[in-house]
Amino acid sequence: MKVMNCPLNGPRNISEFAWGGEVKPMPDPAGVSDKEWAEWLFLEANEAGIVREWWCHVPTSYWFIAERNNITDEIIKTYPATELFNTRVEFAAKAAEKK
Amino acid sequence: MSDVNRLPAPFGRLIDRSETVRFDFEGRTISGFKGDTIASALCANDQWMISRSFKYHRPRGVLTMAGQDANTLVQLADEPNCLADKYPAKNGLKVKAQNYFGSFDNDMARVVEMVHRFLPVGFYYKTFHEKKQSWSFWEPVVRAMTGLGAIDPKADFHESYYDKQYLFADVAVIGGGPAGLAAAQAAAESGAEVILIEENQALGGSLGYARFDTDGAAATRQLGDFDRVLSGAKGVQVMTGTICSGLFSDNWIPLIKGNRFYKLRAKSIVVATGSIEQPAVFRNNDLPGVMMASAAQRLIKLYGVRPGRTAVILAANDDAYGAALDLIDAGVKVAAIADLRQKVPQTPLVAAVEARGVEILAGHGISEALYASKTHISGAQLASVTGQGTLGAGGKSVACDLILMSVGFSPAGQLLHHAGTKFGYCRQSDMFQPVELPAKVHAAGSVNNVYDLGSVIADGKRAGLAAAKDAGLNVASVPAAITEKGNVGRTHPWPIFPHDRGFDFVDFDEDLKYHDLINGIADGYDNVELLKRYSTVGMGPSQGRHSAVTSVRIVSRETGVDIGGMSVTTQRPPYTPEKFGHLAGRVFDPERRTAMHHRHLELGAQMMPAGVWWRPGYYGAKADRTNAIQTEVKAVRENVGLIDVSTLGGLDVRGPDAAEFLNRMYTFSYTKQPVGRSRYVLMTDNAGVITDDGVACRFHDEHFYVTATTSGVDSVYRQMLFWNAQWRLDVDVANVTAALCGVNIAGPKSRAVLQKVCTDIDLSPEGFPYMGVKTGTVAGIPARLMRVGFVGELGYEIHVPAGYGEALWDALMEAGKPEGIRPFGVEAQRVLRLEKGHIIVSQDTDGLTNVWEADMPWALAKTKPFFVGGKSTEIMGKMKLARKLVGFTLKNDGDPCPEECHLVLRGEEIVGRITSAVKSPSVGKVVGLAYVHGDDSAPGTEFSIKVQGGRRITGVVTKYPFYDPENKRQEM
Repeated sequence: MKVMNCPLNGPRNISEFAWGGEVKPMPDPAGVSDKEWAEWLFLEANEAGIVREWWCHVPTSYWFIAERNNITDEIIKTYPATELFNTRVEFAAKAAEKK
Repeated sequence: MSDVNRLPAPFGRLIDRSETVRFDFEGRTISGFKGDTIASALCANDQWMISRSFKYHRPRGVLTMAGQDANTLVQLADEPNCLADKYPAKNGLKVKAQNYFGSFDNDMARVVEMVHRFLPVGFYYKTFHEKKQSWSFWEPVVRAMTGLGAIDPKADFHESYYDKQYLFADVAVIGGGPAGLAAAQAAAESGAEVILIEENQALGGSLGYARFDTDGAAATRQLGDFDRVLSGAKGVQVMTGTICSGLFSDNWIPLIKGNRFYKLRAKSIVVATGSIEQPAVFRNNDLPGVMMASAAQRLIKLYGVRPGRTAVILAANDDAYGAALDLIDAGVKVAAIADLRQKVPQTPLVAAVEARGVEILAGHGISEALYASKTHISGAQLASVTGQGTLGAGGKSVACDLILMSVGFSPAGQLLHHAGTKFGYCRQSDMFQPVELPAKVHAAGSVNNVYDLGSVIADGKRAGLAAAKDAGLNVASVPAAITEKGNVGRTHPWPIFPHDRGFDFVDFDEDLKYHDLINGIADGYDNVELLKRYSTVGMGPSQGRHSAVTSVRIVSRETGVDIGGMSVTTQRPPYTPEKFGHLAGRVFDPERRTAMHHRHLELGAQMMPAGVWWRPGYYGAKADRTNAIQTEVKAVRENVGLIDVSTLGGLDVRGPDAAEFLNRMYTFSYTKQPVGRSRYVLMTDNAGVITDDGVACRFHDEHFYVTATTSGVDSVYRQMLFWNAQWRLDVDVANVTAALCGVNIAGPKSRAVLQKVCTDIDLSPEGFPYMGVKTGTVAGIPARLMRVGFVGELGYEIHVPAGYGEALWDALMEAGKPEGIRPFGVEAQRVLRLEKGHIIVSQDTDGLTNVWEADMPWALAKTKPFFVGGKSTEIMGKMKLARKLVGFTLKNDGDPCPEECHLVLRGEEIVGRITSAVKSPSVGKVVGLAYVHGDDSAPGTEFSIKVQGGRRITGVVTKYPFYDPENKRQEM
């Protein structure tokens, strides 16, 4: 069983972690076509090589980012999500319904 | 007959002559000593044949005495396929041989041997490929002939206790021979916490049985040194009798000792598993009396058993001469040594053997083992070696009852293979060796192609220091790799001498002869992996330990592919078979009980699982189930009932952005929700699929208490944190499910009961209206109160710190006595909620249900900028509905109540299913929820349901709530 280094809890068995998918920026739902939304939602890059993913340490529900090589099955680094997400996200009010 | 072959002390390091054991083998009483294995006791009693071979039912005896061959698989009363050369001899054992028909000594199926030409290599492929009808003829024959031991269902089986344990170490050393002992010592001296794992009952490995010098003292001396050092050493935990069955990622190591399965995590590993002596191929090389030189040495030194009276040794290295000296010391006559080498180097061991007057025939091999009786060899036919794999005609025959094979070693590299080590062919030693090791895995000793005792110990020390350094310990310097390995000429490149008349076995397990492999290659399976699958070479219980290298050599020669570019077939875990008990025993399977659990038991509740929780299903005897549930329903509808709702998830959402956060997580709008009110919450995922529901109670501008479903709360919590890891809103979410417990007191008289124990809250309909939330005390306990209507009656959910659970339960049950309060369980609650048409997420929804299908667009806030799943919900809202969740009743009163997952049909097409249905005591008829075709969802539409037995009944789409459609009762 692999060991993953949780940025909050240190090295733990991989069975304590859940995979959260690729880190991919969500398009603004207000300014995107249905088709583009569906593609973002359902299509993954599935690259062979170094990938950047969300992982969660399940017992503590702590989310972080992991970079790993899915060819050699090596975890290259893990770090807190704040390194990528450090500003408050706002959503624009719906244009049509704004009064 | 007594143990005629037993040698006097000091032979027999492992046996205790003060304690005799007796057991039964094939009707014969065998007498041995404590410390004997089944096989060593049999050999001591002159019982050399231990089993019959798999295909030809040839007699077989000990080959390795190390638990590495299939020859010694025996049947015990309650366990098949036991390794007789590992299994301890115990009083009263009933041991039977395997693979024979009729009598063991005179096996009727031995005739198979005479027709072996009709059982070609690839028999299954050839016979059954494209001729499937022949299977019906062959099946009974094959079934009877194949397989190993049998499980006797009538045997006296008893339950066994198996458990698991976790272990941690800086350095794990696998193998307690000289290399492993040196590694463990060096690592421990560097300050590492070391676990030393040894498969056998005693440490020492080859030090316990092999001969390294002419007087035979070096091994004993060395073992004594290790004993002295390790017995006083701190930080070495020794585990003997422990099998390491694999090496997995990041040094995750399964260990089996007795009935316990250990999971060891080590920072670094030293693999010092040694090597496996390799057989030579010649005619009748499989018969009892032919064994590895190391097997004879184990018999003599470990068990004090004389392996024969007169021996011939097939030699290709110095070790053979050490074995010869051991035989002579044990009183065995060495009639001749046939040495495959044209020139025998004059080493001290060779000189010592010569000095004892043993005839050494350089450049000679064995063309066949001769036999007079059917169960033991009686001589060896020697012949001169004329080329690679060829022998001259004639030669001399030597009478003997023992032939030892000492022609080389192959690394016991299974564990290294598991870890991903690359092996390459070493031309210097004519053997495969590890060439590229994974990080933090080290190999030492003969598995690392190092053989001389001094070099082995130095190599072990090097590996131990390197492993300690890997584990983060301060190691001044790690010595360079050993260059003087002592591996030159240890292994012969071609100890393979096929015979015109066959029975020159390459694989003893599978009864494969030299020409079977040649024919397999000729059939086109000219790659070792293909040949393995076609011929089954290496697929038997010993997993190619003695056949893999030989088959690679044969493939290389036959195909002309350089052996330097080849490898042995892939080896996978487990190293030895694991019992189901080890894998299944004592799984960690936690369960959760609420704070009121014991009260439910006292009241006679039938508990049922809900996720990891236990909840009361209903109160009363199992036989009285239907009646109990109906009584509970009636109590809530007409009087007052109390249910434990502690398992419901609870999340405290606090902070300036709490309302904004809920706005994004749930479909409704929460920014304008007043303090002191609750609001329904419905969660969808990014694809618009419904994932959970509950209520959000606003206790403060910046504090919401949000409930979630019992099984959904953990993933709801996880999703909340996932999204806010990106949004960075100023909010804190805490999962307080376990911190709080709760009850729902429901029914028309619930207010009257609650008033008695709750005096600091105005419980009047005006002061505490439906969907209101308050904090206060109940029976003196600080509480959060909510007026919610899941069961559709006046009711209050009361949540208190978990430690007060029983006190709250007791106070309400006591206060409600005059009103006749009744506890009710999950079953009654399901009926009550269904009468109201409230859905249960994951029962009435599935992995595809969206807000439109669930007919809940009322739960969508239309104007807010964003919520998770909003865009997808919007897109699906524009699409035609394939199915829709509707309420239904039955057209004919007499029809049976459908069950969950009964099909909804449109003609013959499946369009939906029943998700919930019950014969409602309050409405007096069957009510339920079902998915129907999107065009059939208008009230009054009839649809077809296929119920038990294939019968069709008619459902009618019905508006719900079925009970109290105006919702007056819950708002009293």
